Amino acid sequence: MNARLPTLAAALAAGALMAACERPPMHSTQSGYRGTGMVQIENPRILARQKAALPAVPDLPPPIPSAEGPKAKDVFQNVKVLGDLSVAEFTRHMLAITQWVAPEQGCNYCHNPENLADDSKYTKVVARRMIEMTRHVNGDWGQHVAQTGVTCYTCHRGLPVPANVWFTAATPKNNRVGSGMGNDAGQNRGVPSIASASLPYDPFTPFLLGDEPIRVEGPTPLPTGNRMSIKQAEFTYSLMNHISKSLGVNCTFCHNTHSFQSWDGPPQRVTAWYGIRMARDLNNAYMVPLTKTFPAHRLGATGDVAKVACITCHQGVNKPLAGLAMAKDFAGLIPVVATAAPALPGPVAEPTRAVMYFGVGSPVLEGEQAKGLAQLIATMSAQKRTVATISGYHSAAGSLAQNQELAKQRAFTVRDALLAAGIEERRVKLEKPQQAEANVAGEDPVARRVEVTVK
Amino acid sequence: MAQYQNLFTRVQATGPGHMGIELPAGNSPRTGQPYLWHLLGWFGNAQIGPIYLGGLGLASLILGTLSINIMGFNMLAQVNWDVVEFIRQLPWLALEPPPPGYGLHLPPMNQGGWWLLSGGLLTTSMLLWWARTYRRARQLGLGTHVAWAFASAIWLFLVLGFFRPLLMGSWGEAVPFGIFPHLDWTAAFSLRYGNLFYNPFHALSIAFLYGSALLFAMHGATILAVSRYGGDRELDQIVDRGTASERAALFWRWTMGFNATMESIHRWAWWFAVLTPLVGGIGILLTGTVVDNWYLWAVKHNFAPPYPAVVPPVVDPATLLQGAKP
Repeated sequence: MNARLPTLAAALAAGALMAACERPPMHSTQSGYRGTGMVQIENPRILARQKAALPAVPDLPPPIPSAEGPKAKDVFQNVKVLGDLSVAEFTRHMLAITQWVAPEQGCNYCHNPENLADDSKYTKVVARRMIEMTRHVNGDWGQHVAQTGVTCYTCHRGLPVPANVWFTAATPKNNRVGSGMGNDAGQNRGVPSIASASLPYDPFTPFLLGDEPIRVEGPTPLPTGNRMSIKQAEFTYSLMNHISKSLGVNCTFCHNTHSFQSWDGPPQRVTAWYGIRMARDLNNAYMVPLTKTFPAHRLGATGDVAKVACITCHQGVNKPLAGLAMAKDFAGLIPVVATAAPALPGPVAEPTRAVMYFGVGSPVLEGEQAKGLAQLIATMSAQKRTVATISGYHSAAGSLAQNQELAKQRAFTVRDALLAAGIEERRVKLEKPQQAEANVAGEDPVARRVEVTVK
Repeated sequence: MAQYQNLFTRVQATGPGHMGIELPAGNSPRTGQPYLWHLLGWFGNAQIGPIYLGGLGLASLILGTLSINIMGFNMLAQVNWDVVEFIRQLPWLALEPPPPGYGLHLPPMNQGGWWLLSGGLLTTSMLLWWARTYRRARQLGLGTHVAWAFASAIWLFLVLGFFRPLLMGSWGEAVPFGIFPHLDWTAAFSLRYGNLFYNPFHALSIAFLYGSALLFAMHGATILAVSRYGGDRELDQIVDRGTASERAALFWRWTMGFNATMESIHRWAWWFAVLTPLVGGIGILLTGTVVDNWYLWAVKHNFAPPYPAVVPPVVDPATLLQGAKP
């Protein structure tokens, strides 16, 4: 018997088994306590290949420093966005958008060449709304996009329709009760968007369009009423697979190895939390209302509009475009904080509780709010045995460090006013709230406040 | 030229097929004319057949085949009866249990009814096969160790697909029938119940599983090493200790200070193997019924250590919104 044949077969089988493996060395970065498996492993060769495969970011002229000259809205007709830019900057923005979204089709992809102001092409209507969406992301979702921000290119990458959008999955006809057999229960198809897992193939509709409960783990050791089923867990797990694949990271990029629901793990989970809400916000506020604007061939199998998920921007990288900050050079895509801020609610002046509201970025009480402070001083002066406990809060817009300082300064403002009015120091206490951030995203007049309890 | 040195040899002794011993009255005749298959002789005994089928075996095979066919045809229907797609997607496809909304009620056939039917048939088939292993052992005058080891595996299968769903009040809690789907189900199960690695019965099960592999390797290696002294004739050595047994015992006593005996090593192996699904099944049965979050349970009972924070802690953003649901 020829002994070489089985040896050869074994060698071939071993080779086939190893074919899917990546060769060492890997880069590994520890991200948690030793011995807990908290480590990020990257293959530098794959990263290099990914980087090389990225389409070159279009070369664009630098920003035009002077905003002098007539504004676009005064020169052109039917300018509903970007109108406050100078004509030169406006034109530069238009060129950039063409390079980002329709480099092959050119201006006429959106514009009627006979009359640039004409809104007859649906693409122009959509583009205008998408500019508003980009400004909304850069202005109100700093918790997710930070100072890097987004531009049209973050999703589009030179394509009129971004490569990675999603539609609600049509229910297969075999899932109906009447069809006898073949119900796939909405899962087990190994689709790439959820990392080819045998899990629900559309986790997007419930979580990134709807607001279904995503947390399946119970908060107590023993059962206390958490009725989440394993099928619901599979939906959550499916979306998590999508995030993992979209960002090119594993579970421990955001989660602890020991407890996935615990928040004492990597801070990236907070960014991801806002990301899920951001995608939901963009889909509901911007994409769904455009459904009727799009022609039928741009819609999905259920007649729904294309929507965003994590992969739409991230495209396999935890920071889209490897963190390249493009938005800073395009003033039109970053909303200026409105000078005419929404009116503050009136101050609360109750015998045991006072709330005063502050302007954007301001630690000073103005107008009506100062009256609330006067009322508080009056209460404290009349009841000599009361103690005031003061806590400052801030809105979610801006950086956390600055905001926490701001919340502190606001609390100091109230404390100093009370002390100046002759209230004894022992009757004035500062209490740092466990979380001074009082809303999820952007500016909210109700968030910027100082709360005082009087006891 | 190959030499016949001991029973562990690549030389295959050939002769007329062996029909086996006479069986007591009431047993069915054995099926099939025995023949030799050289290739199989590389791995075990070269003789194929005869097989004892009998009433239990026949019923078990029929019900099992029916069950697998229900799964297969449901999967085939999912890919619109496209055989190529069926083969391509087979590892991903599954027959899923009913949606949780049906509780323990009977759902329509295409809403999990097929799953219930298929599971019922598969369970019956396995129980019949168990009865067969028990009865065959008795008829051959053997102990029933194999049957009880098999029963341990059936216990885990029934906990996953029957006892636990029953206690949870929903068939939807059960495992889907599918290759990847049952694995992804397992991961989702662990995620739902706060990390199964903090379930002490799961930990015990893993210890017995790895222990089984270790014992298997140690025992296999020991017997191969002493086969030149007749160590492969284990039963002889158990009854009448020979030089092979003495040397094997000495080897372990010298290397680790303690040795099993020819008899006890097999009890070790049997118990390790049997305890793997036995304690695993207990762990599954307690999950969701008695314990909802194993990590928190482990922390509460000082089974999990508190890990020092390496990164600055963050706060659950959902708690920032008063009255807002996460």
